[in-house]
Amino acid sequence: MDLIIMHLKRTWIYTIKPISSLLSFSLLGLLSFQLHADWSGNVTMQDRYFIDDALITNSEQHDNYLSLSSEVEFYSAWDNDESSITITPFLRIDQHDEERTHGDLREMYYQQTFDTWELRLGISKVYWGVTESQHLVDVINQTDSIESTDGEDKLGQPMIKASFERDWGTVDVFVLPYFRERTFQGIEGRPRTPLVVDTDQVSYESSDEEQNIDYALRWFHFIGDLEIGLSYFNGTSREPLLKPGNSNGPAVLTPHYPLMQQAGVDAQLTTEEWLWKLEVIARDWQTFDTSGTQLIDQNFIALTGGFEYTFVGIADSDADLGLVTEYLYDDRNKQASSFFQNDMLVALRLAMNDAESSEALLGVIYDLDYQEYLISLEASRRFADSWTATLEVRTFNKIDNDSLLNSIAKDDFIQLDIAYHF
Amino acid sequence: MKNTLTLKKFIGSLVLLSCLSPVIASANAEERGLEIATEADRRDTGFVDSTAQMVMELKNKQGQSSSRQVRSKILEVTGDGDKSLSIFDTPADIKGTASLNYSHSLKPDEQWLYLPALKRVKRISSKNKSGPFMGSEFAYEDISSQEIEKYTYKYIKDETLNGIDCFVVERYPAYKHSGYTRQVAWINKQEYRAEKIDFYDRKNTLLKTLTYTGYQQYLQKFWRADVMHMVNHQTGKSTTLTWSDYKFKTGLTDKNFSRNSLKRAK
Repeated sequence: MDLIIMHLKRTWIYTIKPISSLLSFSLLGLLSFQLHADWSGNVTMQDRYFIDDALITNSEQHDNYLSLSSEVEFYSAWDNDESSITITPFLRIDQHDEERTHGDLREMYYQQTFDTWELRLGISKVYWGVTESQHLVDVINQTDSIESTDGEDKLGQPMIKASFERDWGTVDVFVLPYFRERTFQGIEGRPRTPLVVDTDQVSYESSDEEQNIDYALRWFHFIGDLEIGLSYFNGTSREPLLKPGNSNGPAVLTPHYPLMQQAGVDAQLTTEEWLWKLEVIARDWQTFDTSGTQLIDQNFIALTGGFEYTFVGIADSDADLGLVTEYLYDDRNKQASSFFQNDMLVALRLAMNDAESSEALLGVIYDLDYQEYLISLEASRRFADSWTATLEVRTFNKIDNDSLLNSIAKDDFIQLDIAYHF
Repeated sequence: MKNTLTLKKFIGSLVLLSCLSPVIASANAEERGLEIATEADRRDTGFVDSTAQMVMELKNKQGQSSSRQVRSKILEVTGDGDKSLSIFDTPADIKGTASLNYSHSLKPDEQWLYLPALKRVKRISSKNKSGPFMGSEFAYEDISSQEIEKYTYKYIKDETLNGIDCFVVERYPAYKHSGYTRQVAWINKQEYRAEKIDFYDRKNTLLKTLTYTGYQQYLQKFWRADVMHMVNHQTGKSTTLTWSDYKFKTGLTDKNFSRNSLKRAK
């Protein structure tokens, strides 16, 4: 009973027929419309526990981090749902890391659907791509990297987006008038880079700095079992270069955002039990030379490709078991700004298909050159209708002393999220 | 070894038995079965599009229940399977998740899933026909568009079910990856709508029974049941779908069922 009342409270459907009922013959009758307004969201308690003591050089770090977050979405639509507004604020409060205590407007946009195209104005999120281990072609939104280690949380991006659906595919045109800086952990944050990234000392290649106007274009189509996307981006790179800072205070890293052009291809072939996936990018930008002081032009290619195979109804049960394998390549080798220059992902995805939507994903990313490997486990289920529990375990193994990952070698952690959804 | 022999003998006697019944009668039973299915399909053709709300109540053996709310939109496609869009309103953690399905008679369906947290549209494999839909007792193949070509048919007999004169028709999935060997359907003789279906698993054991109640007629033509109740005899679990707010010919077009439309389906 309580549940029903809650559902009723949450969804209001107003039928507003102003004046029209009085002047039903007149033109004003055309103004009659139905407004639909809806609230939803979650409040999440998170505890992240680090198994080992922090590195001596990171003495400000802690072993246990408790935090509370909330994301609320307000959505209102009218005119047969052809016009809508979406507002999604997000807030996290972290026990120790003052940078992780942060808020963001994930979305605040107006959308209008016309007969042959669609317009979106405001702050929004878009996703491009098909692979699981990393998202190379997905470059519109900045990563909210203090949220999670997998890089899947994104900051809201101001945009004008026009979308055209035709028989030969969908074309999205983006104008991105404002740049969002990547978030970084504070001095007490964990895991983080060995030196704290001081976002106050940011620099840009563009003289317009964060007001540089970026452009992007994407064509997407599916032909039977094949889905294919082509994308082009011209503007400030979402990925920063980090260089030692020269402020008067303690040694820090400072982010530098170069301009870049990036072309991307993403494709997926879906047969009955196989999904074949590929993402390839070519990027042209500036990076630091080996001395780490001089900016030089750089072109590189990176790709992620692989497959997912699903065993349906394993052992006469309702459960599905998926095997995911992806190869990650970057032609910059060790100069790669990502860790994945010649790596392999092997993962098992278990979906119980039960009433609680119990799921688990166990994955290993193995570096074929340096033998480092990351293990990650994510498991989640629903309970009592409105709650979910999510367990996450990440371990970093066989990390070399001179590895990019050295500063997180001792940062294996277990994390539990308990979320209430409304 | 001994067992195998006995089994062979048993099968042999079955074959003999079936040879005794006239071949023509069996061909007629199949033709009659197909006729009934074709007439049922003809009577349900021309709805153009429809929208509805659905509440799904899941009950386990202990009587614990949980519910889901789904809005559904269907676009009739002549000469092929229908296009359908389902939007989940509850459980709250998956609110806004939407699934789009282009169904086909025999070749695999095309299916996409929209994950609102990541704003990601995922093309998913359609092999999982026998798997549970949303953790319920309805499999994907139970809720997908029922095209004539998806089955072969056999008329069994006439039977009165709860005072309703019915044809009893067996149908055998012709598509791949079905979880069933056969389904036995009780078809209302007057209205050509299903009143009850028994589902037999891959071992040909009775698995589930679906009963339809509260039929209402829309646009003086199309019958839709308010309640669809599925009981799993093997696990003791059950699922009840309660439909409301049916609307037909609402003016939906292909645009409302495009891959892009998933992202604006709220």
